[in-house]
Amino acid sequence: MFEQLINGLTQGSVYALLALGFTLIFGTLRMVTFAHGEIYMIGAYVGFEMIRLFAPSFVLAIMAALVITAILGVVVEILAFHFLRDAPHVTSLLVTIGISILLINLTQLIWGPETKSIPYALLDKLDYGEFEVWGVYITYLQIAVLTVTVLLMAFLYLLINRTKLGMVIRATAQDYEAAYAMGVNVNVVFSTAFAIGSMLGGVAGVLIGVYYNLFYPTMGQLYGLKAFSASVVGGLMSLPGSVVAGLLIGVVETFAVELGASSMRHMVSFLFMILILLIRPGGLFGGRELIQARGD
Amino acid sequence: MPTWEAAVLEISHIDTFYGPIQALKDVSLTVNEGEIVSLLGGNACGKSTTMKAILGLVKPRNGHITFNGRRIDHRPPSVVVKAGISPVLEARRLFPYLTVLENLRMGAYTRRDKNGIRQDIERMYDLFPIVKDRRCQVASTLSGGEQQMVAMARALMARPKLLIMDEPSMGLSPLFVEKVFDIIEQVNQKEGVAILLVEQNANMALSIASRGYVLQTGEIVLKDTARNLLNNPLMQKAYLGVA
Repeated sequence: MFEQLINGLTQGSVYALLALGFTLIFGTLRMVTFAHGEIYMIGAYVGFEMIRLFAPSFVLAIMAALVITAILGVVVEILAFHFLRDAPHVTSLLVTIGISILLINLTQLIWGPETKSIPYALLDKLDYGEFEVWGVYITYLQIAVLTVTVLLMAFLYLLINRTKLGMVIRATAQDYEAAYAMGVNVNVVFSTAFAIGSMLGGVAGVLIGVYYNLFYPTMGQLYGLKAFSASVVGGLMSLPGSVVAGLLIGVVETFAVELGASSMRHMVSFLFMILILLIRPGGLFGGRELIQARGD
Repeated sequence: MPTWEAAVLEISHIDTFYGPIQALKDVSLTVNEGEIVSLLGGNACGKSTTMKAILGLVKPRNGHITFNGRRIDHRPPSVVVKAGISPVLEARRLFPYLTVLENLRMGAYTRRDKNGIRQDIERMYDLFPIVKDRRCQVASTLSGGEQQMVAMARALMARPKLLIMDEPSMGLSPLFVEKVFDIIEQVNQKEGVAILLVEQNANMALSIASRGYVLQTGEIVLKDTARNLLNNPLMQKAYLGVA
């Protein structure tokens, strides 16, 4: 029971990370991106190659994924949004879908369509086994995943609420025309938000990739959709909402597996989200715009 | 009394278009150092477009705009604000979920002098006591009049030589309108900042301005000293509500 809770929190913390990136991007640009799952997938593959080619190190894999997905995020922002600022929203949406298909196909070209895994000789150096606390078995890999996600969430919180860049991102999210009139280069802010959101997605990819040790070109599709859904369930513009929704979905999913519905776990998690939205149509933290001021 | 030696802002013969529709026709206007000038006119006559053209939000097709002798048309707001023009936007446009203090800091976005910014925040607290009282509150929780104070303080945080204000009286109770205009006059005198006041409330605007321009369907139809405009029968009939 407690083990399932830990499993669920581990899984959910990665959903939360993805949803945070999605929320940051949507909150700032007021635009939906459907390439988020594929940025996650690319992050996973970058981590995979780093571990395979250089060293079985989480830090190295995450650093490389951060750099590559940040660049990729800026490229997506420029292609799908910057050049289409005056176009209808649907146009940008379609371009992000196009980019996601392109990324999947490129991955198939480079790595092949089959599922890849890190060789066990290398993986053993990353996976330190498990330990027992009061009869509950926790793996060190889970601790690593949870630590990284909590650190990133804390980093994002401080960045958004305690720095000038964060204040400018919030101001731009709230009224980009007014920010522009104050002299803010809003294009740079949009790209920055996209880069940060994508970095969170990229790290999520590394974490899940290593956690399950499965890498395949379409691995981001379901995750992208779940991130989007978690973001909506959280209230769409609420960073804390994304975290809570992501964790909840992870836990619900794992308990569905525990109760024997493992083949139906995605259905269960989406049904759960529909249920929440039926009760609170604005999402858990909806109605409040939470890329907002700090409360002191 | 204002000094007349130098024009800070000079708009000469600009035309602007929204698609095929011409919004401004051959508009020329000057603001001298330390002076309050009001730009008057009814709805949709081009007042806000003029302001947007100055800020660089709208690019004029013909003509040019200079500030302190430098061309600023076709430059983005970041350059215009840095040069010393700061806007008080129509309907105030505070960042609704930032605190009052954060809104002030956003006004100083183009500045890098941390100490100067800190001093200016204190100065704004002196100038607008309400801003100090509300500094930790989220801007959207303030009343319209309070928001107008914050909007002015935010604009002044850029340390401008010219403040352009778009309809500061909009949506305020008559009592507050008077207060706001008092403060505009104070800001002009204490800070020595020139003000271009875009207004529908011609009576109020002319009572504190030295000169005025009247826009009608995108063209300047009248320009004169504030006193002459107040006594102009045409003005009295059309804008000042004198029977």
